[in-house]
Amino acid sequence: MTLEDLREIARTEREKQQEFPRKIHVCTAAACLSQRSDKVKAGIEARIKEKGLEKSCHVKGVGCMGLCAAGPLVSVEPEGKLYQGVRPPEEGSDTTDIVDSLESKNTAVERLKLDPTLPFFKEQVKVVLENSGNIDPERIEDYISADGYEALLAALTAMTPLEVIEQVTKSGLRGRGGAGYPTGLKWSTVAKARSQNNTKFVICNADEGDPGAFMDRSVLESDPQRVLEGMAIAAYAVGASHGYIYVRAEYPLAIKRLKTAIKQAENLGLLGNNICETRFSFRIDIRLGAGAFVCGEETALINSVEGKRGTPRPRPPYPAQEGLWGAPTLINNVETYANIAPIVRKGGAWYAGIGTEKSKGTKVFALAGRVQNTGLIEVPMGIKLRDIIFRLGGGIPDGRNFKAAQTGGPSGGCVPEQYLDMPVDYESLAKVGSIMGSGGLIVMDDTSCMPDVAKYFMDFCRTESCGKCAPCRVGTTHMHNLLEKITSGAAGEKELALLEELCTVVSQTSLCGLGQTAPNPVVSTLRYFRNEYMAHISDKQCPAGVCKTKPAAKTAEVGK
Amino acid sequence: MPAYPATVLPPSDDKRWRIVEGTMRRHGREPNALIEVLHTVQESFGYLDDTALRFVAQSLRLPYSKVFGVATFYHFFTLKPKGKHTCVVCTGTACYIKGSPALLKAVEQSAHIQPGETTEDNQVSLLTARCVGSCGLAPAVVFDGDVAGKIGPEEMSKRILRWLHHDA
Repeated sequence: MTLEDLREIARTEREKQQEFPRKIHVCTAAACLSQRSDKVKAGIEARIKEKGLEKSCHVKGVGCMGLCAAGPLVSVEPEGKLYQGVRPPEEGSDTTDIVDSLESKNTAVERLKLDPTLPFFKEQVKVVLENSGNIDPERIEDYISADGYEALLAALTAMTPLEVIEQVTKSGLRGRGGAGYPTGLKWSTVAKARSQNNTKFVICNADEGDPGAFMDRSVLESDPQRVLEGMAIAAYAVGASHGYIYVRAEYPLAIKRLKTAIKQAENLGLLGNNICETRFSFRIDIRLGAGAFVCGEETALINSVEGKRGTPRPRPPYPAQEGLWGAPTLINNVETYANIAPIVRKGGAWYAGIGTEKSKGTKVFALAGRVQNTGLIEVPMGIKLRDIIFRLGGGIPDGRNFKAAQTGGPSGGCVPEQYLDMPVDYESLAKVGSIMGSGGLIVMDDTSCMPDVAKYFMDFCRTESCGKCAPCRVGTTHMHNLLEKITSGAAGEKELALLEELCTVVSQTSLCGLGQTAPNPVVSTLRYFRNEYMAHISDKQCPAGVCKTKPAAKTAEVGK
Repeated sequence: MPAYPATVLPPSDDKRWRIVEGTMRRHGREPNALIEVLHTVQESFGYLDDTALRFVAQSLRLPYSKVFGVATFYHFFTLKPKGKHTCVVCTGTACYIKGSPALLKAVEQSAHIQPGETTEDNQVSLLTARCVGSCGLAPAVVFDGDVAGKIGPEEMSKRILRWLHHDA
């Protein structure tokens, strides 16, 4: 495979696609599939056959189109018509109506129409998700026709590893797993690290454990080749020849598509030995997680790849020096790798032009909870939280009031209403006591009780604590008990003081990130919603009507 | 150099052991393939019993204690057989906010089981997941491997009762 061969594949594929004046894209990512979009696709194909349109209309299963709440989504190109909530043939005439409306360019199935000019679609800036919803994730040719693997071959043939790292550094890309460590710096540390017989590893962390986050799943399901390409470029830059993708067993579709993607890339010689007739060889293996949240922590993940219990190791030494089997190891998150190919293709300076001074580029958020448009969005760094929730997200349903936005999962915090106009970047979120996290953004309205939310996260950390170090194992359980007492109306000021003391102890003395950040949800809810805690403690009442405090004031049923 | 250990014979002539053998061979019987092998065993047999754990330990030349340690550390592995149908309620944040506790209560009322339990007639197992990544469809429930979104308590009870009464 040379650059010419690759461009030939791209050309053939484009020509093949241009033979069809019309294209119908059906979303086949997990959310739409669960609404039986596979049957929708089959229904559309059957109708096209009936009408003899096979030669003029191509039906393609594509990745996530973003607006999961309105699934299954179908789009008709080149008109850009978008349909929502399309039901399979056995539940109505949606699929036949869509095909029948193709006859004229100006007609559409009115009852299914979704406005593609909504802020949800218009105000996104797509880098990571540029191919999602456009290409077939199970065909490498489609990825290549969208400039796929150009970056890898360009790097291999025209750039030194140092030059690749330079571009990544210049782009200002920071780790998208949550901590925001500069990616270029991490790469150059691994590149400089010396090891016995020069073994190094590249690992992709796809153990997306934060509840409420589904960006990585979506990227893997919609555009798996892009992650492989990013990993291969990283391997070339740091001098590794073997990579692992550690992916959750809870994501069967992502695993299936990754396996297909790896096989197809190997067949074309884009992975394997002597890629592009150079001395660079790289292979990727998949390792399955087994449902342990702590394995998202890099050292625990390494233990798990080695087939051990996923308990973290003390750092230093950092994985960049001593990681997998003692060799220098580069670990990045799925979204970080997905950013690499466009950075190499278009240059670091282009990427640095998006975003704010310290947080460059875009960020993918999984918008969920009490918000109208739940789904996946990609926005430039520095966008206002208010715009994300009220413009793209369409606001709070049922006329309720916004209370807080939770970012960063069990390691993060809540952002209250007074900070809605704050720009979303690493520094600003840290300043208000939350973190960027991996991109889960859960909106809460006045039906959520904040001490109850804190208790929920503490319960999570308590059960997910691996048990290796005492502060986390004992501390999280103790904090959970205290929160249980508070929410049931059995606690006084003394318990609250103890809870606050434990927050400091657990965060300062735990071994790994899980314990160190476990108190964050408590700290941040105490900071902004102390009055709710006090209502449970002094008045024995839950203002949101969620908790069953002793003299329970009967309020509206929650959770509908 | 120690002699390569003779291949350990599978516990029975059940054909499913061949699939397990296949995974072990593919990984060169390396001890680090333990988690992959346990995944295959669970996929083939539904759960990990003591016989399976001992067989895997011997085949990969690992102490039984280590295999047991790994099998019990990860939530995904189960040492108990599951019922005929499984229902996994997502308890991720988005689902929690949108009412997954009410779904668990609905199962408790209709089938009298708690998370992690199976009904006495072995029809239905109730499990919870940290997050199935279908937050856009919260609250989400996985019925026998199929994700269903926006499930209400009534719908939940209806589906469970259907499993309990008819053999659907």
